[in-house]
Amino acid sequence: MSIEIKHLSKTFANGFRAVDNVSFKMETGSLVAILGPSGSGKSTLLRMIAGLEIPDAGDILLTGREATLLSARDRNVGFVFQHYALFKHMTVWDNIAFGLRMRKASKEETRSRVNELLKLVQLNGLEKRYPTQLSGGQRQRVAVARALAPHPQVLLLDEPFGALDAKVREELQEWITELHEQSQVTTLFVTHDQHEAMAIASDILVMNHGKIEQEGTPLEIFDRPATEFVAQFVGETNFVDAVVTEPELAIWGPFKYSVVGHPVGQKVRIYFRPNDVYVTSREESLQVKGKIIKTRFQGPVIELAIEVGAEKPVIAHVPKGLTFASGFVEGRDVYVGITGFHGFGL
Amino acid sequence: MGAAIGHLTRGTSGPRTGQLTEPRWVRFLLIGVTLGFLALFLFVPLAAVFTEALRKGWGYYFESIREPNALASIRLTLLAAGIAVPLNLVFGVAASWCIAKFQFWGKNILLTLIDLPFAVSPVISGLIYILLFGAQGVFGGWLQAHDIKIVFAVPGIVLATIFVTFPFVARELIPVMQSTGTDQEEAALVLGANGWQTFFKVTLPSVKWGLLYGVILCNARAMGEFGAVSVVSGHIRGLTNTMPLHVEILYNEYNFAAAFAVASLLAFLALITLAAKTYVEYQFQKQAEPISASEGYVA
Repeated sequence: MSIEIKHLSKTFANGFRAVDNVSFKMETGSLVAILGPSGSGKSTLLRMIAGLEIPDAGDILLTGREATLLSARDRNVGFVFQHYALFKHMTVWDNIAFGLRMRKASKEETRSRVNELLKLVQLNGLEKRYPTQLSGGQRQRVAVARALAPHPQVLLLDEPFGALDAKVREELQEWITELHEQSQVTTLFVTHDQHEAMAIASDILVMNHGKIEQEGTPLEIFDRPATEFVAQFVGETNFVDAVVTEPELAIWGPFKYSVVGHPVGQKVRIYFRPNDVYVTSREESLQVKGKIIKTRFQGPVIELAIEVGAEKPVIAHVPKGLTFASGFVEGRDVYVGITGFHGFGL
Repeated sequence: MGAAIGHLTRGTSGPRTGQLTEPRWVRFLLIGVTLGFLALFLFVPLAAVFTEALRKGWGYYFESIREPNALASIRLTLLAAGIAVPLNLVFGVAASWCIAKFQFWGKNILLTLIDLPFAVSPVISGLIYILLFGAQGVFGGWLQAHDIKIVFAVPGIVLATIFVTFPFVARELIPVMQSTGTDQEEAALVLGANGWQTFFKVTLPSVKWGLLYGVILCNARAMGEFGAVSVVSGHIRGLTNTMPLHVEILYNEYNFAAAFAVASLLAFLALITLAAKTYVEYQFQKQAEPISASEGYVA
């Protein structure tokens, strides 16, 4: 089913405006991430869609039907809480069956559905355990199974992997993608982890201060950030300040950045990613001279901090496998070029 | 690195108890003082109750208990507790549910009111009912005109018991309910449960041991209450005497064996309460931190 949000706003009793005039649309069967820093309003937005918070203004349409004032129990959504919120006094089986029993499913129907879900979340044989006898990853899978049991029209997940360690988190991220492919349930999840959003979602909504900054595929968000916030929040980034000196051109060092829509004389901030920096030991065209002040081994890449006379050193990522990369040691003079950038007016 | 670890293991495997604990005589002294204190203040009085009760033999013991006034006092105590405990169970659950799961104006005032019976001397609590419902009290005239007896009658005793035992269930439940948060209730709601289903299937089962613990404490206090009940009772034998009051009367009449016989029932009740409380506490803790190595959960 589709989700449509129109001009949704929510201000808390203490005056904090958590969600500010947000509108977006999600197609049936899609897998979308809401990405933002803590306090950006992403969880509040999710809770309003579930019916756990009441919006001050705006509309929520589920499958085109007005649902803004519908009770949470009548929305037919599945919700997975950050800290699982499993019923501690019930077994895995009873947890998964809860939603079916509340919706008055027959005994036979309940049994076959719970079995089906146990298989889906790979927890066969653990149905008699209590939540406290499970590992974090298993608990989260029970939570997902419980949410999916009553055939929800949409699955909402609030920071679903936030409380898990890195390895389990990766496994579950992969698993949730497979699960979505199998079940085709419209899925919306909230995260502050950009890697998680990029790895799982087909579309990302970037939120900040209660507003949506950008909506797009992971590639679009990463390669064409629409706002300064997105440029610095998603992926690592360098920036330098430049001034527009000729029409549509900002100049910093030997580099000329084409910036559209900024008048001559305006200051602009140029963002470029560490992997858009190329470093050579001999000068090529359009490069600036610098000195490596710090190197950091990061697995597949080597991170270089290069002093080029700007406010901050430029961070560059050089693939470890490059034959000349071994020559990049601290104190070495190098030449730095920039292959891709985004400029925003200051 | 491996060598260093091997060395460390060898170094720490020797005897070390001598340096890490107190000297032997200090340990024995501290343990001895504790046990002596326990014996003097807990076990000796308890033993004294039962020996005094049986001083004139088992026959006299059972006679003192089966004597009509004693039986009446037992019935009245059971009646007062039987009314006060269920009512306070309902009040306590309702109050703690409100306080732990909802935000509203005046929450702290409600909390203070719940604690009031703990803060006020039981004698004063009893006196309040005399001032309200006594012959000279606020409602005294109206009650007399309608021939309703509260003070110096069973209703007064029940009221006083309810008041004194009011905080037990709520005080026990509030922290338990607060610690579980509202996540589970929200989960139940999204899964299609209504308010009652959420309460009976999610909230109540998750606090059941805390609730039982509160009920046990509440019941013990309801049966043992002396001060407040003494003020409102009027000490009418066979009618308005609870067990603690009956013990006092017998004692004042120098009928020690009978007094201790009835007292031994209360002491026996205390022992049962203690056993039940220990069992519930054990279950409570088991639920609070149930991850045990023996379960062998798989990551």
